[in-house]
Amino acid sequence: MTAPRVHSLNCPNCGAAIQLRGFEYTQTVVCDSCLAVLDAKDPNLTVLQTFNDKVAKARPHIPLGTRGQWKGALWEAIGFQRRTITVDAAPYSWGEYLLFNPYKGFRYLTEYDGHWNDVIALRTVPVESSVGGRPTAMLHGETFRAFQTATAHTDFVLGEFPWQVRVGDRAVAQDFVNPPRMLSSERTDEEVTWSLGEYVTGERIWQAFKLAGSPPAPRGIYANQPSPTAGRASTYWKAFSLFAALVVALLALRMATATDALVFTAAHTFSPGGRDTIAFVTEPFTIAGHASGVEVTTEANVNNSWIVLGMTLINERTGQAIDFGREVSYFQGSDEDGRWSEGSTVDRTRVPAVPAGTWFLRIDADGPTTGPPIDYTISLRRDVPSPLFFGLAMVALLGPAVVMSVRSASFETRRWAESDYAPKSSSSDSDDE
Amino acid sequence: MTRRTAPCPNCGAVIEFAWADAVQTTCSYCRSVLVRHDLDLEKVGTTASLPLTPSPLQLGTEGRYKGDAFTVIGRLGYEWDRGGWSEWHLRMATGKSGWLSDAQADYEISFLAQTTASPPLADTVKPGTRLLHGPVTFAATSVTRARYTGTEGELPFEYWDKREVVFADFRAPTGAFATLDYSEEPPLLFVGEPVDLDKLDLRNMRPFEGW
Repeated sequence: MTAPRVHSLNCPNCGAAIQLRGFEYTQTVVCDSCLAVLDAKDPNLTVLQTFNDKVAKARPHIPLGTRGQWKGALWEAIGFQRRTITVDAAPYSWGEYLLFNPYKGFRYLTEYDGHWNDVIALRTVPVESSVGGRPTAMLHGETFRAFQTATAHTDFVLGEFPWQVRVGDRAVAQDFVNPPRMLSSERTDEEVTWSLGEYVTGERIWQAFKLAGSPPAPRGIYANQPSPTAGRASTYWKAFSLFAALVVALLALRMATATDALVFTAAHTFSPGGRDTIAFVTEPFTIAGHASGVEVTTEANVNNSWIVLGMTLINERTGQAIDFGREVSYFQGSDEDGRWSEGSTVDRTRVPAVPAGTWFLRIDADGPTTGPPIDYTISLRRDVPSPLFFGLAMVALLGPAVVMSVRSASFETRRWAESDYAPKSSSSDSDDE
Repeated sequence: MTRRTAPCPNCGAVIEFAWADAVQTTCSYCRSVLVRHDLDLEKVGTTASLPLTPSPLQLGTEGRYKGDAFTVIGRLGYEWDRGGWSEWHLRMATGKSGWLSDAQADYEISFLAQTTASPPLADTVKPGTRLLHGPVTFAATSVTRARYTGTEGELPFEYWDKREVVFADFRAPTGAFATLDYSEEPPLLFVGEPVDLDKLDLRNMRPFEGW
């Protein structure tokens, strides 16, 4: 890279060397050593503004004169100003860097708390309107929502500007956002200017301008910072609906093809206090086909009574035994709150993965010692579809989409909490402080 | 297009015309402003040396606008409170004249248009004043009192001996732009649009040391 073309002059206020990098565009230049604002249009550099007290000198992250390959061209940082707005008596300052290329003109970089924007001046005036009582601005079909309006004042300047700049300059700045872009207007008594910014990371700027060290970590969430979950919630929801459709299709297929065959049914009676409390075995029955779940339905005519059935499904040939115990109980009555009931006369359970073969049941019935006899029926069906499994799959699929939506909503809440349009709750939060 | 040459009536230097229809040119040696009468040149005045411009354009820069090739052959210079600007005269391949205005690195291309029936008057035009041109409604965005600083190269009309000129700039919601130049009566209307230098396919631009 060849050395930049620089005009050398001296500051009439302190005598320090003044460099001009912005050619004849430069209107004002600030002396790097005494911070006097000088008229660059005057060959003698008339002093326009001086500061007798020691001004807290801001140190730009990008030293003036630094060149970098940025957005497809070589740009040189030639001016810097720090601007401050005051919200609820708290000052917020950001830095603005003016970049120059004689063939491309000007562009800007802004930095606030580690958040950067690449900004260009607009020559098209956005159309302002309002949606739901909130101001919006539209540019080339893109809608931006109002974020904040505040009076910005310049409290520090360095280098060159193609307009007349002074410390103390004031402008009403209004930001409209559609992350990662931001539309900003600046109003003075003389004019209204619009600019379009795009959120960029400090890393990209450090890389482009080959800056020493690493960029300051961004703090908080910036107005037009892209959400890390932006668009992902909707992607997740799309994936969810795809998988959900698949689950429903599989369920439908299962319902349609399930044989749901009755393989065994038997009716018995339990007599309280009788000799029937001892265990007995049923007739053998055949379970055919692939290994599948067997649904066991137990129905008993219990009324303010109960019956417990210890059951064992035993394979006649292999001796494989599957134990399971069921209780059927039903109680009902009335009290001061009206009628009540508890339990049911029907019980259903599922015995998973029963291989084909000849099986019989061993039943061990137990019940109350008094009362009427209890008639009960045990039915076994195989290859019964289980919608519950599909329901659980659906819930599992729902999880990521819901989590992403919640995260996305929480990011947006934190973004807008910093705006003029913060939800009421956040202002009451600050009252507690 | 044939190249034509004629001697400067003031200093004898050879004046070469890039454009057959040029009405006025400036001798780059003695800064005489020369007006053409057939093949003869008449010195009508002199022009001051134009203030330095940071423009990346120069006489001889070539480019293309909407498929139409052009060459930069002349320039009018102006100055106002916030700096100077140039109106570069473009000779389009179609033979038409175009203007590329260059103000603080903002560029706009415009062409002479038919003045509307009743253009706003110089002393009443102000920001917001409307201007109808065909189907487009423009609104004035600024009124500038500028100082004419001189010319160089070839122009399609006689333009010299000016002092202060009032310009009214207009914009339409479409982004289109118009200027009324009150240096003549009725004012001259130019209609065009902002352009991006990158999109003009420019060659033979002014070299900048270090860039």
